[in-house]
Amino acid sequence: MKTIKTLILFMLGCGLYLFSCQSKGVKTDAPVLDVQDLTKNQPEVHGQEIKEGEIVFSASLDQAMATKGNAIYSLKCQSCHRLTEERLVGPGWKGVTQKRNPTWILNMIINVDMMLESDPEAQKLLEQCLVRMPNQNITREEALDIIEFMRKNDGVK
Amino acid sequence: MNKNTNKVMSTILMTLILITFIACKPRGIQQAISADAAGKVYVAPGKYDEFYNFVSGGFSGQMSVYGIPSGRLFRVIPVFSVDPEKGYGYSEETKPMLNTSHGFVPWDDLHHIALSVTNGIHDGRWVFGNGNNTPRVARIDLKTFRTVEIIEIPNSGGNHSSPFITENSEYVVAGTRFSIPMDDTNGDVPINTYKQNFRGTVSFIKIDPASGNMNIAFQILLPGVNFDLSRAGKGKSHGWFFFSCYNSERANTLLEVNSSQKDKDFILCVNWKKAEEYVAQGKGKKQVVKYAHNMYDEKKHMATSIMEKEVLVLDPKDLADMVYFMPCPKSPHGCDTDPTGEFIVGSGKLAAIIPVFSFTKIQKAIADKTYDGDYEGIPVLKYESVLHGEVLKPGLGPLHTEFDDNGNAYTSMFVSSEVVKWNIQSLQVLDRVPTYYSVGHLSVPGGPTKKPWGKYMIAYNKITKDRFLPTGPELAQSAQLYDISGDKMKLILDFPTIGEPHYAEAIPAELVSKNSVKIYKIEENQNPWVAKGDDFARVERKGNEVHVYMTSIRSHFVPDNIEGVRLGDVVYFHVTNLEQDWDVPHGFAVKGANNAELLIMPGETQTLMWKPDRVGVFPMYCTDFCSALHQEMQGYIRVSVPGSNVPISFSTGNTTPVQ
Repeated sequence: MKTIKTLILFMLGCGLYLFSCQSKGVKTDAPVLDVQDLTKNQPEVHGQEIKEGEIVFSASLDQAMATKGNAIYSLKCQSCHRLTEERLVGPGWKGVTQKRNPTWILNMIINVDMMLESDPEAQKLLEQCLVRMPNQNITREEALDIIEFMRKNDGVK
Repeated sequence: MNKNTNKVMSTILMTLILITFIACKPRGIQQAISADAAGKVYVAPGKYDEFYNFVSGGFSGQMSVYGIPSGRLFRVIPVFSVDPEKGYGYSEETKPMLNTSHGFVPWDDLHHIALSVTNGIHDGRWVFGNGNNTPRVARIDLKTFRTVEIIEIPNSGGNHSSPFITENSEYVVAGTRFSIPMDDTNGDVPINTYKQNFRGTVSFIKIDPASGNMNIAFQILLPGVNFDLSRAGKGKSHGWFFFSCYNSERANTLLEVNSSQKDKDFILCVNWKKAEEYVAQGKGKKQVVKYAHNMYDEKKHMATSIMEKEVLVLDPKDLADMVYFMPCPKSPHGCDTDPTGEFIVGSGKLAAIIPVFSFTKIQKAIADKTYDGDYEGIPVLKYESVLHGEVLKPGLGPLHTEFDDNGNAYTSMFVSSEVVKWNIQSLQVLDRVPTYYSVGHLSVPGGPTKKPWGKYMIAYNKITKDRFLPTGPELAQSAQLYDISGDKMKLILDFPTIGEPHYAEAIPAELVSKNSVKIYKIEENQNPWVAKGDDFARVERKGNEVHVYMTSIRSHFVPDNIEGVRLGDVVYFHVTNLEQDWDVPHGFAVKGANNAELLIMPGETQTLMWKPDRVGVFPMYCTDFCSALHQEMQGYIRVSVPGSNVPISFSTGNTTPVQ
């Protein structure tokens, strides 16, 4: 038992020695900047979730918005979505504004990653199509134009 | 407590004590690794590194990007060499980047890195690299990690002393390693007329502060020595530039022996502010030369190459007070200025000391004209009058010096395979560590700037031998990471590198990562061959050229069935990636193409030229795994006999059967 006590004392001494052995001049770090977080400040647009009732649609069509929506469609959507009911990569758009709630469509357009993570309907579509719908860097305003174009495609005047 | 427990505890404690002592013992080769090394270099899965390390790729011609402290390789940026993986130098858009006055040069030897600085501190905007063989300087944009500009250097025989940078990125320099007959003279002279006909130059390349665009502001005509390395002055020595040079014997054969005759060679001191005055006064002479200047437009996603036709040359024979030689022992290699700008460290490869020069003393010697004669008409400052002091017995074969933020210098010793830490003021050696083996350059984050970030030092070794699993006669070059935060340097990691790294720089990650571009906006794509949506996808014939305007998105091409091409046609596939999602490039390859693939970033357009060599149907497909249906991302192109009447046609999703 005595041996152990001696050893413990010796260890304590060594601990100090070890401490003194550590290099001087080690800088204490300033508050650590989260580099990873900085990556989020970048021009990849993921929209804010749109809540039910946030957007109110008028019964009649806004032609100017629909025209803008058409242009966005041909640049960023047409490759995967036909204007008929035919499914290409994703579902055809004919009747989509009747089948789906506009808030749901808006969130699919501007916040697809969130939808694929949490929305059962979106997940069901992924199982059918097997290609993740891409984030096409579309703003909220542009998404509203697209909805208007979808409504036009569905016969709203 | 019984006897057994007693024994066990004693053993444990004794072991601990032993470990404690071993950890504190002076380090031999095996003890060079400290016990906490693993924790210091471990970056957990999904976490980012603290520094980017931009590393020259040497004879690979490229630049690689590693994370520090993990040593993980993130990217190889194609610079001077073609890169079939990225289509660099193969796509029509990137071919002009490698144009020179000698035509298309698909390879070079990239030795040195210069990160842009503002007020002498890293600003994270651009990184420059030199082409050592066919003299060139390249600029890489750190928003996209792409080579956006390459300028060739006239009157140069090998651009080694480059691309070192001034403290506000006013200039990067280019000093010729080989002296040669000047471009506007008849170069057809006997080689042994070296002393009469061969000259050296150093070039100052102006950087536009807004765009980063380069142009050669002036060249200084110098005696025919070999310019080796250089550094800008900073702080009090801002406005000056220092170039080491060897072969003051001006030998043209067996330099190994013949350029090592003299006791001292030189460091050239250039007063570039004075040179700017002479330029402003119109004292330079315009010389007719030819050199390529290539720029990549990130909106058009394409490069253009223009041939420049003249350069402004300043001759110190007519223009006094601009350049001075400073004697430096035995074939100096590294030539490094400390963070204050007061001290210039010369490293004579064959010298047994490291001379440290004082900028204040240089100024005084110039004012007092304390000369030791002249060399080819250029005043030589007296060695003793400019010397701060010498580091005695530092080791064998000093090459390069980096600095920390505590007034210390770190010099690599090639012959004795070690790094020596010494104090700049006192010139005392403080510590030394072995490297494995034959170290070349060193990199301390911010080491060449006014504000070294310190913390780590990386050694880039020339010989690897037994450090990694053997891979036949050729081995990856080894790099070694040291913790320099304490008094003693501690080896904490070995990592393999590509090519042969020479110089490298490291920069805090946040200065670069926050600006990194994720996608190219498709709306802003100005490529003349863009197809902004499927409505614009088409195939057009122009004589014997067939232009395919193709779109790609997960997971198909439009069009994916093409007919009407005839043998003898030249087909251009202009592929636009319509994706707007980070990290979703598409690739494009067609059977029998004599070049490479395309790799098209989101929102970008790239063009592959294809000359079919036979009649038949050729598959084409996406090469970058993009989705679960990537393997379905494919198409066909039909090639008919010359003069065939199969009309041009194209489609996607057309399932109409044959009539």
